[in-house]
Amino acid sequence: MSLDAKTVARIARLARIGLEDDEVATIQGQMEGILGWVDQLNEVNVEDVPPMVGTGLAQPHLRQDMVTDGDCREAVLSNAPDRVGPFFTVPKVVE
Amino acid sequence: MAELHDFTLASARDALKAREISALELTEAHLEAIEKLDDRLNSFITRTPELAREQARRADEALARGEGGKLCGIPLGIKDLFATKGTRTTAASRILSNFIPPYESTVTANLQKDGGVFLGKLNLDEFAMGSTNLTSAFGGVENPWKYSDSDARLVPGGSSGGSGAAVAAGLVLGATGTDTGGSIRQPAAFCGIAGIKPTYGRCSRFGTVAFASSLDQAGPMARTLQDCAIMLESMAGFDPKDATSVDVPVPDYEAALGRGVKGMRVGIPREYRLAGLDPEIDALWEQGIAWLKEAGAEIVDVSLPHTRYGLPTYYIVALAEASSNLARYDGVRFGERQTRDTLDGMYEATRAAGFGDEVKRRILLGTYVLSSGYYDAYYLRAQKVRTLLRQDFQKAFEKVDVLLTPTAPSGAFGWDEKPTDPIQVYLNDVFTVPASLAGVPALSVPAGLNSRGVPLGLQLIGRDFEEETLLAAGHVLEQAANFTHRPTLHAGGAA
Repeated sequence: MSLDAKTVARIARLARIGLEDDEVATIQGQMEGILGWVDQLNEVNVEDVPPMVGTGLAQPHLRQDMVTDGDCREAVLSNAPDRVGPFFTVPKVVE
Repeated sequence: MAELHDFTLASARDALKAREISALELTEAHLEAIEKLDDRLNSFITRTPELAREQARRADEALARGEGGKLCGIPLGIKDLFATKGTRTTAASRILSNFIPPYESTVTANLQKDGGVFLGKLNLDEFAMGSTNLTSAFGGVENPWKYSDSDARLVPGGSSGGSGAAVAAGLVLGATGTDTGGSIRQPAAFCGIAGIKPTYGRCSRFGTVAFASSLDQAGPMARTLQDCAIMLESMAGFDPKDATSVDVPVPDYEAALGRGVKGMRVGIPREYRLAGLDPEIDALWEQGIAWLKEAGAEIVDVSLPHTRYGLPTYYIVALAEASSNLARYDGVRFGERQTRDTLDGMYEATRAAGFGDEVKRRILLGTYVLSSGYYDAYYLRAQKVRTLLRQDFQKAFEKVDVLLTPTAPSGAFGWDEKPTDPIQVYLNDVFTVPASLAGVPALSVPAGLNSRGVPLGLQLIGRDFEEETLLAAGHVLEQAANFTHRPTLHAGGAA
């Protein structure tokens, strides 16, 4: 498993985690090591094996189509790092 | 009042009901112990003495009326991964250091409904990612146990390391933990206490900060299995707010303790006999086998052929889910924000500053295995191997009622002995991870001390929703082991 610095930088951008150049080199080495180790899963014959997406123990439940909660704007906004009136703020995205 | 620190959760409950002690004096004694010991242990991230006193006063009023739930007046600690309304909930991360939930997790709501007294929020590995409790943004936790021949600071295990240390040191009578790949069982073993990871779906995940949603499960940690049984009964139950919660009745777990193991078939999975396994761990395992046999169980050799693929499967599944779950920490709706001119710049700076190294590494790996071109090779393949791992257990449980294994490949190690290679750290979870992937219940009981004087645990794994069978077998081990040792750092003084 070889992973180049460009790929690590691309993944970091997808994950929205800013990395310094020296961090890229460290993480590149660690990711290579871990991905090399998980490559042993290629030894397992998984032909015709369905993927496990849950234990199958929980049954889907239907509920009444009705509002069960609401009018909690202040609670929703109470942890906002920055807000203007009833809005969350973000840096300008449209000129 | 040293004798107030000799209670188990069960004996304190009985003394409270009999009005031999008051909830307030029991709470004060534990708050004092926290004051005395926890600046050093660092098992609490947030202490809530005022809340605790208020809850204790209400418990005393209920008890005086002859009322009160099954945990009425019991001092508890809450892993800081459970949202508690009005009390800071950090997940041991800088990014959530100022988060005050406007809602309560279902598990903690259940504990409060039954009268539990909350002394505070317990330390953990950041976002529950780790096996040492050294990845917390609020500093590591010191294990109250010491090597007999050294004063070195030992790790309490993780991720529920604060829970393990606080219970072991007598700061609380019980604590909540969460287990994604062993995060209840491994710290329970390292701290010389009991802990249960129930069946996936047994406890609601609503309001628990998510790490890997298909694996995360809450459970109790306490001195004894009886204490764990009492807590689990309170924590468990169907919750319409969690679609993976299972709608089956909660049994009387405490009543199951005395059932014994006569006629029970106990499987010994041969693949867990790792090459190079510490001889002391192996000897303890043999001892556990002998104890169950003496109590009337039949010992059966079983095979779980995909065991060796458990850890790599776990890391793909858990990291993929973590990368998705942790995408919500972007500094917009909650959490610590870094200011930048552009939206992406703000996200990148916020997440770079807010997450620790282990969390970043796991998000990046998770993002990689889910990214275009790699999804089938990694994530889909891992989910298929996960099916095979669950089938291994299902086949074994056609032949046996429970499986007995060691909980961890070693006892607690020093802060400075922590392996630097991430893969070596992950190997701590080699015995606990397969049950997590399969979703089946498992517990750890303290079974002895190693030659350096720190505790070792034995693990029992059971069928879906057969926590009662686990408790019955676990209680036999517990009684045979008669583990009455106390750690060096303890509220009641050294034993």
